[in-house]
Amino acid sequence: MSELAAGRVRPAEGPAEPWPDNYLTAEQGLGSWLLTTDHKRIALLYMATLLAFFVIGGFGAVMIRLELFTPEQDLMTADAYNRMFTLHGTVMVWFFLVPSIPNTLGNFLLPLMIGARDLAFPRVNLLSWYLFVGAGLLLVVALVAGGVDTGWTFYTPFSTMFSNGYVLLAALAVILAGFSSIATGLNFIATVHLLRAPGMHWFRLPLLVWALYGTSVVMVLATPVLAASLLLIVAERAFGLPVFDPAQGGDPLLFQHLFWFYSHPAVYIMILPSFGVISEIVTCFARRRIFGYTFMVYAILWIAVVGFLVWGHHMFVSGQSLFTSLVFSFLSFVIAVPSAIKVFNWTFTLYRGQITFEAPMLYALGFIGLFTLGGLTGLFLAAIPIDVHVTDTYFVVAHFHFIMVGGAVTALYGGLSFWWPKITGRLYPEGWARFAAILMFFGFAFTFFPMFVMGFAGMPRRYAAYPPEFQIWHVMSSCGAVLLAAAYLLPMAYLTFSLFRGARATDDPWDATGLEWRTASPPPRGNFGVLPVVAEGPYLYHPEAEGPHHSEREPHQNQGGNL
Amino acid sequence: MSGGALREPWHSLRRQREAASFGMWLFLASEALLFGGLILAFIATRWFHPAAFAAAGREADIVYGTANTLLLLTSSLTMAVGAQAARAELPRLAGRALGLTLALGLAFLCLKGLEWRADLAKGLWPGPGFALEQPAARIAFAFYWLLTGLHGLHLLGGLSAIAWLAGQAVLGRRPWRSPAFEAAALYWHLIDVVWMFLYPLLYLDGRAA
Ligand SMILES: [Cu+2]
Repeated sequence: MSELAAGRVRPAEGPAEPWPDNYLTAEQGLGSWLLTTDHKRIALLYMATLLAFFVIGGFGAVMIRLELFTPEQDLMTADAYNRMFTLHGTVMVWFFLVPSIPNTLGNFLLPLMIGARDLAFPRVNLLSWYLFVGAGLLLVVALVAGGVDTGWTFYTPFSTMFSNGYVLLAALAVILAGFSSIATGLNFIATVHLLRAPGMHWFRLPLLVWALYGTSVVMVLATPVLAASLLLIVAERAFGLPVFDPAQGGDPLLFQHLFWFYSHPAVYIMILPSFGVISEIVTCFARRRIFGYTFMVYAILWIAVVGFLVWGHHMFVSGQSLFTSLVFSFLSFVIAVPSAIKVFNWTFTLYRGQITFEAPMLYALGFIGLFTLGGLTGLFLAAIPIDVHVTDTYFVVAHFHFIMVGGAVTALYGGLSFWWPKITGRLYPEGWARFAAILMFFGFAFTFFPMFVMGFAGMPRRYAAYPPEFQIWHVMSSCGAVLLAAAYLLPMAYLTFSLFRGARATDDPWDATGLEWRTASPPPRGNFGVLPVVAEGPYLYHPEAEGPHHSEREPHQNQGGNL
Repeated sequence: MSGGALREPWHSLRRQREAASFGMWLFLASEALLFGGLILAFIATRWFHPAAFAAAGREADIVYGTANTLLLLTSSLTMAVGAQAARAELPRLAGRALGLTLALGLAFLCLKGLEWRADLAKGLWPGPGFALEQPAARIAFAFYWLLTGLHGLHLLGGLSAIAWLAGQAVLGRRPWRSPAFEAAALYWHLIDVVWMFLYPLLYLDGRAA
């Protein structure tokens, strides 16, 4: 073990229970977990629930990749295939990606990062978890009863008039999960507004807090519109109220407008928190202040606002007027700017940094690469002529997986590794973690890059059978999926291992800034003994006169140490 | 901290009160977008079928609708009095005002129930045997049932919350100066405001000519 790594281990104090007073041990028994109002425990409840849904959604992905290994339709019927990708989509979007970072890392860290004892409404926080679990059970019932065949987008009039799946149950589940999001969102906003520690000005907030704030604004304002659109489907299916029925003069496209009014901002619900996580990790392991802090903040807010104005780019081939499409196309280019600013600023934070390649940093660098590719292909799709060519092909599938899986999921794993010592007080085996991070990058690229190629060549999405000339790409993709699955399972193994055998972490194993590192690992029930007072901005990795001027390079320390 | 209004993680009741109303305002923004989305769908469809929507508006029972509007407006007044009285710790006044709010809200629901029964008798459910000829009038009434139903559910939720809070306060389990009364009042006003949009859209359309 290198010197650097040795500094992270807490010297043993004795054989007895090591941490007498922390949030994990403060109360015992099942009831103390199920009725807890501690944001840290609720984060763990969410983590366990989301893990279950990640496994269910992952199962769907495995079945899809298996079916697509050969051009023939051999593993399941076309109908079963429809149900399988709908399972994958609904579970992954609403029951994993939307709550992933906000409700696990966000729930745990937000009060810690701003120096508060809890979220503004601790009982609303618990309620949000129960709503989520209730919604999840409803969805599982729908899936077990026979599944849904509409795709995750529930397009009318198929979903209202023709589908023979359990659309009603699934729609209700998604509405309920939406109210859980809203509860979380308003809780986060109120917490950031009203519970910041003395001296924690808005422009001293860590970027993860800003990102969660932007996400919460989107959650509170967009999710109800999803509820509205799905309520209209429920009304039509359950009570025969014909809102979208073309035979009565209803407009099925109206549903798409309402649906995408939520579902495009939802993309930012999924990716904004990752931006925050990456900013924390990159600064810490480059030992640099973030480049362009205020730009980063305004980029987040810009994304949160303009995200509401671009939904029509999902409807370029729906027959909407060309003028409308042009406006949406332009706005979709506009919203790429703040994302580009973020990538630029991370890169410049790395520049002349004293980079060490610990596992969280490897995840973060992987994120930057994959997100950049996903973002750039988003520009292809914002251009109407190209979009018309690749609509409903694997190009689109590859694009949004680069953002939401290569981006958001990688960031989740990175964030988990980064804050794991804080959450559990344990260190995981660093070598395995680095291996998983690298495997995740290559496994991901191997799985999804071929989809760009075959999509551009015309392979449509949502078909179980396909012309043989696409097989080479599908086989590559399915093989990559095996690597990717291994990379996703590996952290579950080493993190679980660390719970029992991991070395005990110090309070601040990465020498990071941020209030969450100024308390014990794991933190006590009330987060801080004495509430902190903040006197300086975030990411002071090179305080004035302590670090070298940028013109004189400091020799690198121990690059990463030995594995 | 039984009997005290202060809860974790707050250090002062003033701040907690601020949070309760701030949190409720955020929730109201969310609710506004829920109804906003549905009303937008209503307006968009009406744009395509103005005549059918006007015909549907003429069929809606304006007597019930207007009476309910007056009831709801009055209940907002009593609710505002109730919340302020609770904050000023005037239990008698607060109890009466909240009681009156509950009574007005219940009266609204009863009238609404009667109205729905009359609507069904007139064949205004957009199913088989629908009373109007234009197909799009079915959509107008689909919105009518959905919007009034959803509004009714919200009202029921508001009533339950007020009844629960007032009940607790009367039994001495919740101090009158708890910020929850103000939050409940805000929510009640939202229900009122939503109705102010639904009333002209659903009842007044097509009556001018
Ligand atoms: Cu979009």
